[in-house]
Amino acid sequence: MQEELFAPGHRGCAGCGAAIAARLILKGSGKDVIIVSPTGCLEVISSPYPESAWKVPWIHSLFENAAAVASGVEVALKSLGRKDEAKVIVIGGDGATIDIGIGALSGMLERGHDITYICYDNEAYMNTGIQRSSSTPYGASTTTSPAGKVSFGENRPKKNLPAIAAAHGIPYVATASIAYPKDVIKKVKKAISIEGPKYLQIHAPCCTGWGFDGSKTIEIGRLAVETALFPIYESTEGKVTSVKKVKRKPVEEYLKAQRRFSHLFKIEGGEEELKKIQDIADSNAKQFGLDQ
Amino acid sequence: MEIMEGSRAVAEAVKACRPNVIAAYPITPQTHIVEEIARMVADGELASEYVRVDSEHSAMSVCVGASATGARTYTATTSQGMALMHEVLFNAAGLRLPIVMTAANRSLSAPINIWNDQQDTVSERDSGWIQLYAEDTQEASDMIIQAYKIAEDHDILLPVMVGMDGFILTHVHEPVELCPQEKVDDFLPSYDPAYYLTPKNPLSFGTIVYPSTYTEFRYMIHEAMKRAERKIIDVASDFRDKFGRHYGGLIDTYEAEDAEVLIMAMGSVIGTAKDAVDELRSDGKKVGIVKVRCYRPFPAEAISEAVKNAKAIAVLDKNISLGYEGALYTDVKSALYNENGPLALGFILGLGGRDITKNTIKSIAEKAQKAIKSGRVEKDSEFVDVGVL
Repeated sequence: MQEELFAPGHRGCAGCGAAIAARLILKGSGKDVIIVSPTGCLEVISSPYPESAWKVPWIHSLFENAAAVASGVEVALKSLGRKDEAKVIVIGGDGATIDIGIGALSGMLERGHDITYICYDNEAYMNTGIQRSSSTPYGASTTTSPAGKVSFGENRPKKNLPAIAAAHGIPYVATASIAYPKDVIKKVKKAISIEGPKYLQIHAPCCTGWGFDGSKTIEIGRLAVETALFPIYESTEGKVTSVKKVKRKPVEEYLKAQRRFSHLFKIEGGEEELKKIQDIADSNAKQFGLDQ
Repeated sequence: MEIMEGSRAVAEAVKACRPNVIAAYPITPQTHIVEEIARMVADGELASEYVRVDSEHSAMSVCVGASATGARTYTATTSQGMALMHEVLFNAAGLRLPIVMTAANRSLSAPINIWNDQQDTVSERDSGWIQLYAEDTQEASDMIIQAYKIAEDHDILLPVMVGMDGFILTHVHEPVELCPQEKVDDFLPSYDPAYYLTPKNPLSFGTIVYPSTYTEFRYMIHEAMKRAERKIIDVASDFRDKFGRHYGGLIDTYEAEDAEVLIMAMGSVIGTAKDAVDELRSDGKKVGIVKVRCYRPFPAEAISEAVKNAKAIAVLDKNISLGYEGALYTDVKSALYNENGPLALGFILGLGGRDITKNTIKSIAEKAQKAIKSGRVEKDSEFVDVGVL
């Protein structure tokens, strides 16, 4: 736990949420793992040849195939009689997981591989320059869903991948936030101790893409949870088994701290949009019973 | 010797190679291969992990993950499945993973057509995969065993695809001699990976490479490809020593020594061409064949040596680089450009399953002879027997 398996010197921005996620995941997993990463920020910042931040075995193949590559790693370990040698973990961004890789992920989940798939969710394509993904929240301005004269930014809510993963009837689905490091470590430990496919989605604020100072990453992450915009829970075979209760804050506290939502506070009709976002938070709170 | 379907002959060879991991996604006309392997696994004849994947993209990706972990892997596909694999093919080669795959050669859509040509594999010629093409089912089967031997050599470490013409070879029943297991075990020991994913030696695979070193990595893949030329020849002759069968190295020739006209092609059409050549020879016509067994690495030297005494070559392509000509034709001409070689004629034929008959071959030979007589090539590249809809 004291040992750092994700080495400093990577090329992440100061305050990078994805790098914090990777560090916490490896603290939870220990060194007997094989990590598979799809293309994305984490892959790029962690592996500038001839250097690597990974002190554990790591492979990057392509953007949409990490779940399938991990499936190959897992069956190879089984076939070679090396199953006890390593736990197989995928660490991928929301674009790779929730958009382009969802087919491969669904295949991995339904086939029952003993793999922990972890999505670090920073809610847009950060590596390519902050384009909208299906995990981008309602109202966020990105470079492909920009706020403009006739647009409030992203006009669809976040795709609910934890629910989609849970619908596969897998033994463990959980959400977490890097703002709660002990919770992340605990959930990673738990996930890898369970046989079968597991899905974790870790909220990982991106200072560059969301527009906040790199010293505030943890603070922003905490606000997402405290406003109920990112509910923290665990589920087993499709049933919610635990939730993180919060003393709820209004969504404005979270939104006003980020450039990607700043237009909502400036333009005509913004208030109505803020109300819609509050409705999303209220609905989350109700669905999961988040209120203390 | 036993009469069996081509797909089964391939499946039996795969089984004899004892792959650790098989990834399978169905697509016509490849299905009989993966069905037969599934049966072998279900009956306990083959102790492989058999992964029923969600797409061909995932099939190749499972092979990538498994191979990088140190497993021997196999998959088979064709046509749209091959096209869907496209980026993973480049990735597997770049990661230097010795994956072996059968390509049950088929046309590409649109219009959709499930029958044979070689557009699918030819379109992947730049992917870094070694490409071998089988003439008959025996060769398609034996080439699997050779393919692992070539791919897994530490001087090579490149994936190999074995092309066998869809339906024409996958679904035909022919007499085939299977390789005895103990001989295969002796010829092909279990895979000994140079590098693999393990916590015992934590390495990073597939890192990002900057402009300062990308070219060097591409150069190293290319050099491995060039080394594979010798390796393919050696493995073919080692195979002959062990199993008594030989199909040539990079190329093979038939009645070529004194031939004025040489017909060049890849795959099952060689069989038809041999029959046509036998008849032409009995009519006193000096026609022979150069069979291109290995398309990548491209055997430029072997080809220019084989055709140096011919007066004309006729290259048959079951593919077309739309807007230009057949890919084999382009490559052959390029190989001969500085050689003051024979006249060259290119023919596009056999697309989407259209039969190539002995008469087709004969009329092509005749065109080549006409060119020799007149000393010029009338049509550089042409479609054979093309109608107008």
